[in-house]
Amino acid sequence: MIEVRDLKKSFGSHRVLDGVNLKIEKGESVVIIGASGGGKSVLLKHLIGLTQPDEGDVLIEGQNIAHMNERDLIRVRTKFGMLFQMAALFDSMTVAENISFPLRREKKLTEREITERVSDILEMVDLPGTENKKPAELSGGMRKRVGLARAIVYRPEIVLYDEPTTGLDPIVSDSIDQLMVKVVEKLKVTSIVVTHDMRSARRVAKRILMLHEGKIHVSGTPDEIFSSKDPIVHNFVNGISEEKEHNF
Amino acid sequence: MINYARSAVTDWFEGLGRGGILAWEAVCSIFRGRISSRDLLYQIYFIGIKSQSVVLITGAFTGMVMCAQTYFQFHKVRMDTATLAVVSVSMASELGPVLTGLMLAGRVGAAIAAELGTMKVTEQIDALRTLATHPVDYLVVPRIMGTVLAMPLLTAESIAIGIGSGYVVGVYLLDIDPTYLWHNMLRYTYPQHMASGFIKATCFGAMLSVVACYKGLHCGQGAEGVGRATTEAVVYSSITILISNFFLTMLLNQMLPT
Ligand SMILES: Nc1ncnc2c1ncn2[C@@H]1O[C@H](COP(=O)(O)OP(=O)(O)OP(=O)(O)O)[C@@H](O)[C@H]1O
Ligand SMILES: [Mg+2]
Repeated sequence: MIEVRDLKKSFGSHRVLDGVNLKIEKGESVVIIGASGGGKSVLLKHLIGLTQPDEGDVLIEGQNIAHMNERDLIRVRTKFGMLFQMAALFDSMTVAENISFPLRREKKLTEREITERVSDILEMVDLPGTENKKPAELSGGMRKRVGLARAIVYRPEIVLYDEPTTGLDPIVSDSIDQLMVKVVEKLKVTSIVVTHDMRSARRVAKRILMLHEGKIHVSGTPDEIFSSKDPIVHNFVNGISEEKEHNF
Repeated sequence: MINYARSAVTDWFEGLGRGGILAWEAVCSIFRGRISSRDLLYQIYFIGIKSQSVVLITGAFTGMVMCAQTYFQFHKVRMDTATLAVVSVSMASELGPVLTGLMLAGRVGAAIAAELGTMKVTEQIDALRTLATHPVDYLVVPRIMGTVLAMPLLTAESIAIGIGSGYVVGVYLLDIDPTYLWHNMLRYTYPQHMASGFIKATCFGAMLSVVACYKGLHCGQGAEGVGRATTEAVVYSSITILISNFFLTMLLNQMLPT
């Protein structure tokens, strides 16, 4: 279970998170939506202890990780998998080495099992046969899928996805959505997805949280959110911007 | 102006403190035995083998120029045959380690800072941390150990080739008597000179790799940040080497009297 209490974070004088409270149960599948630059990526990084909050607590299964030191955090992080917004692949390694990196760390599998796991997961993200390519040879969407493969290959208990379907074509997007749903159902993982893709949000989410002005503005099931009368939520999910004067 | 100076001084001390913490973490990590031998071997290969040409060229030409210049002065007082002794003592205790250190600061220090800095900027270090790997174990320790192991070996090479090329210049170009030249060199070069050279080389290796790793890991944002981290790594490690060399000379002179 993940619990965030009164989380505050500023960069310089710019307050990004201003008292975030949320609770995510084990096995739940939550989507976080919100404006670009609203602090969604920053919030995800707090959940896994990559960034330390100015104030507030982050509890992972009762353990407060807000001010934990790096060595202890590493033990907590073995539960987590994370897909970065920019994929963050290790560019000196091939695709296969990237994906097998967390598998080798555990030292439980033989070389053959690792190779098999890697080619299975590449099949799942629609990238068969790319084992020996370097990240620089891949397109943005392909990199993101390799990042996704790396985040889930070792079957973590909690997976954080930062915009998993941004920059993918509709067909691949759909298959990634299905993959995420399958991962939640089969492996009983807790999944937290940040996305701007409303179609994907509707398909993946059991619950949607909206981050607005540094706080969780609403939380509800997809049906509640998509039929919400709240003007902020309504405009956001339907993509309606305020009228502006344009004078070029 | 005063504020600027004050912030520069506090920044410097903060850097020193954090660099110290990094070095301490690296030492702890070594004793916990968390390093992979494959990464270490690769770093030794990259740092040791790939630095051969720079180190050899620097060593050879320094030995040659030292020999010629010493001869020009000593010839006036008829001390021709003491020339190579001067070359060998200064190569062994000062020039060998310092020049190798400076060349490695430029070659290896810059490469380490740029590599780690780029990894920081592109979130690869964060990715490493989420994959439950400590950046110090995986990135810093192999680089520090590689440099610390490679420095004395490269220094030995540089000393040997410096003396050798000095000998060649002395004998074949300046017509000094080879037997006395060699004999005097052996007579005035003590094991303490070599020992102090190797101790210095090890210290310089540790310093330059810690500075470079620190600068890389604390790199600013974007391409500009990486550029600045690289420049600062080279500048700071070179200065650290030159300043600490003086204190090491004084200290080692006390500890290893000839
Ligand atoms: N390391 C940092 N230093 C300074 N400011 C930062 C840093 N990281 C994030 N910010 C600021 O925090 C704010 C939120 O950034 P964040 O990346 O979380 O947005 P986001 O909600 O993920 O947006 P997007 O949907 O575009 O990815 C931005 O205004 C950004 O300028
Ligand atoms: Mg983001």
